Amino acid sequence: MVPTAYYLVLAAILFSIGVAAFLIKRNVITIFISIELMLNAVNLTFVAFAHMWNQISGQIFVFFVMVVAAAEAAVGLAIIISIFRTRQTLNVDEIDLMKL
Amino acid sequence: MNAMPASYLWLIPLLPFAGFLINGTLGRRLPRAAVSAVALLFTAAPAALVAWLWATMRAAGELTMSSDAGPWIQITGFRVDFAFTVDHLTLIMLGVVTGVGFIIHIYSVGYMAEEEGYWRFFAYLNLFMFFMSVLVLAASFLLLFVGWEGVGLASYLLIGFYFRKTSAANAGKKAFLVNRIGDVGFLLAMFLLVAHFGSLDFTQIFAAVGQHPEWQGARFLTAIALLLVLGATGKSAQIPLYVWLPDAMEGPTPVSALIHAATMVTAGIYMVARCHTLFDRSPIALAVVACIGAATAIFAASIGMVQHDIKRVLAYSTVSQLGYMFLACGMGAYAAGIFHLLTHAFFKALLFLAAGSVIHALGGEQDMRRMGGLRTRTPITFWTMSAGVFAIAGIPPFAGFFSKDEILYQTFTSPGSLGKVLWLVGLVTAGMTSFYMFRLWFKTFFGPAHFDEQRDLHDRGAAVHLQAGTHAVMVADRDEGRAAHSHGVHESPWIMLLPLVILAILSVIGGWVGVPAAMGGHNEIESFLAPVFSSGAESAAIPAGGGLEIGLAIVSVLVALAGFYVAYVFYYKKPEMVAAIVDRHKAAYALLTNKYWVDEFYGNFLVLPLLMFTRGVLDLIFERGVVNGSARAAAMGTRGFAWFARKQISGNIRSYAGWLAIGAAAVLAVMIFGRSLWVRS
Repeated sequence: MVPTAYYLVLAAILFSIGVAAFLIKRNVITIFISIELMLNAVNLTFVAFAHMWNQISGQIFVFFVMVVAAAEAAVGLAIIISIFRTRQTLNVDEIDLMKL
Repeated sequence: MNAMPASYLWLIPLLPFAGFLINGTLGRRLPRAAVSAVALLFTAAPAALVAWLWATMRAAGELTMSSDAGPWIQITGFRVDFAFTVDHLTLIMLGVVTGVGFIIHIYSVGYMAEEEGYWRFFAYLNLFMFFMSVLVLAASFLLLFVGWEGVGLASYLLIGFYFRKTSAANAGKKAFLVNRIGDVGFLLAMFLLVAHFGSLDFTQIFAAVGQHPEWQGARFLTAIALLLVLGATGKSAQIPLYVWLPDAMEGPTPVSALIHAATMVTAGIYMVARCHTLFDRSPIALAVVACIGAATAIFAASIGMVQHDIKRVLAYSTVSQLGYMFLACGMGAYAAGIFHLLTHAFFKALLFLAAGSVIHALGGEQDMRRMGGLRTRTPITFWTMSAGVFAIAGIPPFAGFFSKDEILYQTFTSPGSLGKVLWLVGLVTAGMTSFYMFRLWFKTFFGPAHFDEQRDLHDRGAAVHLQAGTHAVMVADRDEGRAAHSHGVHESPWIMLLPLVILAILSVIGGWVGVPAAMGGHNEIESFLAPVFSSGAESAAIPAGGGLEIGLAIVSVLVALAGFYVAYVFYYKKPEMVAAIVDRHKAAYALLTNKYWVDEFYGNFLVLPLLMFTRGVLDLIFERGVVNGSARAAAMGTRGFAWFARKQISGNIRSYAGWLAIGAAAVLAVMIFGRSLWVRS
């Protein structure tokens, strides 16, 4: 039996990688992937805790998260395509119209 | 008492106040006739009320009457009421204030007829009447102080009536500020009274003083009395605070007559007389009052002898006469002081109004060197003014003779050698008074005319006429309440002459209420006031031979005649002698014409250091450094923070995310490591 802490440490590592990638990478698609990474790190903690407490609700919640993430991916990719069509770039540093 | 409910007392001040409100709010839109009607009505009614009050109180044999409208300030152990009280002293003051005030209102209708701001003038004048009535009716120090400050305000407004003229505006400010110095004394006196008596009510305080014979000469009573004297020197223009009164002549002449001669400036004397119970217990304060009075009398009279401006001569004469009243109070002869106050109100108001009539006749000329020979041109003004001149010079049987003589007699017979010295000072002053008044008389009404009627007056009259049509009247430099319709020298209209005649009659007969017993009279005013000044009566009742009194009277009449003769020689018979004498005593003459350089002294040694302190320390360091500096620092701080915050809105998603991550990490850190912070407590 693998202790719960291991899962949590793994999830933390994955989440941190996601955060780091989000902050460092400039390509929108890479950023998008890092978001998915963070989401799934959280999913992993859900599953780990559900297993630890022998509760099914955590597992079910993960399904919901995955469904929502799929929808989000669809919308997100649509936005990315739209951005690329109008601006011919995927560099987030150039997408800075919303500033003072 | 039955005939007149005490609550009617409230009408005496409130009616002029109503007049002030009407003229002050609506006056701009009302025609001039309506403004004068309101002003006259609301001052005539109180005068009639006072006359009625006098009659009823006399018929009922009632000594005092008071009306209390309930508490004003009420805290534990201390209470001040809105209360008015009338006794014989108040009655005389009320008579002067409402009677002379009403007469001067009539005169003003004629004098101010062509002036810009007519409604404003009458609104202020009514406001003054309101505060002055409050002052004399007040039953407590605090209410008296309200009137005291209020008349100061009205005086300030009226001195600065021609506010576009810098000198008038400055004179107003000077009067206001100099009076504040005196008011500090008054306020401190009130604080001491509250501390020692727990009350500001006249009756309570005087009763408390009466119950403690051991307080004779007590230190705190002396302190209170001296502080009150400081207040009185401000209001009544005595040394060292007299400097504002001569400058106050910048106001229109009726104002000089009403406020700066007849009524307001006598408030200090009234106050001292009202508090005689306190002063009687403090020989030091009384001596100070007497010395201030005598010194001011001779000092101001000596300056008045060389002034050329007709109103300034009268102003210094007022200061000098107020000094006489102070002297009388300081000698414990309060009744004599009030008697002189009464007669002085008549003849000095008359002199000012007549001077105004002369100024009117000459189209605004105030310099006596440019007058002369007006006796035949303005006969009624001449005759009425003569009555005033004879009265103030102390020629019997005019009013001033009896009152001034009473003061000198009381001073002479007072115990101690101080009285003899002050009597001599008063006597010399009487001679000076006679000299400068007859000098004014001769220079104005006799001798050759020094004005150029054809060119000067006609031009000026035309010029003023032109201005009257435009709105530029007040901008003109020679428009000091000056008649705007002069077509050469002419007598004033009847509405100005009537008050002169009334006041002239009063100046002749006004003194007859105080003919001393030695001259076959009853000195009615003294017995009338005796109930008020009962404690001072003992000192006044020193048995003295009637011969002494008559002897002293003869001496002072001779001195007055000497003054007349000198003026006659100098200014009528041999005018060239004056120049020779001035040449021989250049230094003395310079001293007098420059008014002993008192204004310069005050300016350089008091005002200038104060200005330097305010500009250098208060303005530069405190105002600009501390106040403005802290405000600026706050503004700069906000601005800097805003600059920093604005920089964060970069539009850079990754920086937003970075902040978000740092924030989330911080929250996590607090939740994990900061837990101990609140768990422990």
